[in-house]
Amino acid sequence: MSGVFSPTRAKIKERTLRTDKWWLEPAITFGVLFSFVIYATFRAFEGANYYKDHLISPFYSPCLSQACVPEATLFGWTPVSAQVFNFALSPALIILIFPLGFRMTCYYYRKAYYRAFWLSPPACAVAEPHTKYTGETRAPLILQNAHRWFFYAGLVFNVILTYDAVLAFKGKDGQWGAFSVGTIVLSLSAAMLWMYSLSCHTCRHTVGGRLKHFSKHPIRYKLWSWVSVLNHSHQKFAWYSLAAVAFADIYVRQVSTGAWTNYYFFS
Amino acid sequence: MARKLNLRIWRGDATDGGLKDVVVDVNEGEVVLDVIHRVQATQMGDLAVRWNCKAGKCGSCSMEINGKPRLACMTQVASFDEDETITVTPLRAFPIIKDLVTDVSFNYKKAMEIPAYSHPKDLAPGEARMEQVDVERSQEFRKCIECFLCQDTCHVIRDHEENKPSFAGPRFFIRIAELDMHPLDTLKNRKRTAQEEHGLGMCNITKCCTEVCPEHIKITDNAIIPMKERVVDIKYDPARMFSGLLRREKRS
Repeated sequence: MSGVFSPTRAKIKERTLRTDKWWLEPAITFGVLFSFVIYATFRAFEGANYYKDHLISPFYSPCLSQACVPEATLFGWTPVSAQVFNFALSPALIILIFPLGFRMTCYYYRKAYYRAFWLSPPACAVAEPHTKYTGETRAPLILQNAHRWFFYAGLVFNVILTYDAVLAFKGKDGQWGAFSVGTIVLSLSAAMLWMYSLSCHTCRHTVGGRLKHFSKHPIRYKLWSWVSVLNHSHQKFAWYSLAAVAFADIYVRQVSTGAWTNYYFFS
Repeated sequence: MARKLNLRIWRGDATDGGLKDVVVDVNEGEVVLDVIHRVQATQMGDLAVRWNCKAGKCGSCSMEINGKPRLACMTQVASFDEDETITVTPLRAFPIIKDLVTDVSFNYKKAMEIPAYSHPKDLAPGEARMEQVDVERSQEFRKCIECFLCQDTCHVIRDHEENKPSFAGPRFFIRIAELDMHPLDTLKNRKRTAQEEHGLGMCNITKCCTEVCPEHIKITDNAIIPMKERVVDIKYDPARMFSGLLRREKRS
């Protein structure tokens, strides 16, 4: 008997006496994240329907495989073989680790999935089911400390996805100056990803949080102050960016398969 | 105007105990601590409850109200439905003494383990100066009233008694953060000891400490995560790793 049922604690047999709907938030989080994982897994293995008329899905960008549609590649750069150990590797799988790693090690998502998936704890003051707990002190959870690595990689991805959004200003015939629903969708996705990255706790620390003397570094202090304002909404940006990226992929897929038509406001 | 309130109070000690139902008068504007005092005065003369200021500043009347760690003096009865039964129990992370009183000495032991502020040797008393922006940063942490609600709700020790020797808890992570962010503090190894001796790595950022803090200190965002990032600085930062490698290569 451990935790709240330890012999020295008040003898209360319930795991929690909370009367509010404490289970609702982790249940919703579980539902949304699980749905996203299922969809993202399907899309990562699909290996098709990721490009149409200068719109490229964020799941497949940068497209580094020799199997990529030529127009979808980054300046024609395809350093990765289409087959690895006789396995036809989807271009999405090559790059998946970076955005996935960034989100998996994100301080907000940690809270979300530790509560919703691992029930550690399911909610505040609700006893968790595990008999042992070592936190992030040993493998595999010590790898959460790699968040900064993924943050830097995420910034590179943001630049590439912003470039993709700029390319979406091209019309079907390749002329600049077009503006379509796809342009809005990709631009929104890139913008949300920037907001998610810039509001990140690691960003806040890197720009100024690590300082001992704010007064000796006024510019970095200013930057820290700005990022701190964004940081208050990091949770929101985490969800908005996830939704924006998922929708951008869905949109490009639907346009690519011909199920939806990309409407051009002008081209 | 008085009305009747259904209250369930945990009564007992380390040997046994349980929830007892009482019906008590409650007046408009009263807080849970008022009602507990009325029960003590009229129905349960030997009810043990720790309290002091009744103003949310001493941190004495910490308990769990409908399962949530809260200050009884800051919890309005009107915040519950009129027909709702309010359940009041002692803090469930600490050993019980009697009724609503727990033994929180664990926290004082942990407080003694945190190395104190270390003043620069070349700075005489009275010579220290700090800019306002540097003061403001740690000012938030100084709001702590040591109610230990954050310690109570932290699942690392609430759900795992065996972690108590190796885990300082959120209240002391804000103390460590305050000192590590202090411009004049000269102790060098706070980050490393926070991780290796005070159990910072055991925190998995579920933010319950922040949720229950009656002073609204952003414990996780402003203290624990910045300390985790400072640990990354010295142990896992890619830029520092690569620059360290380069320096080593240059030397060799």
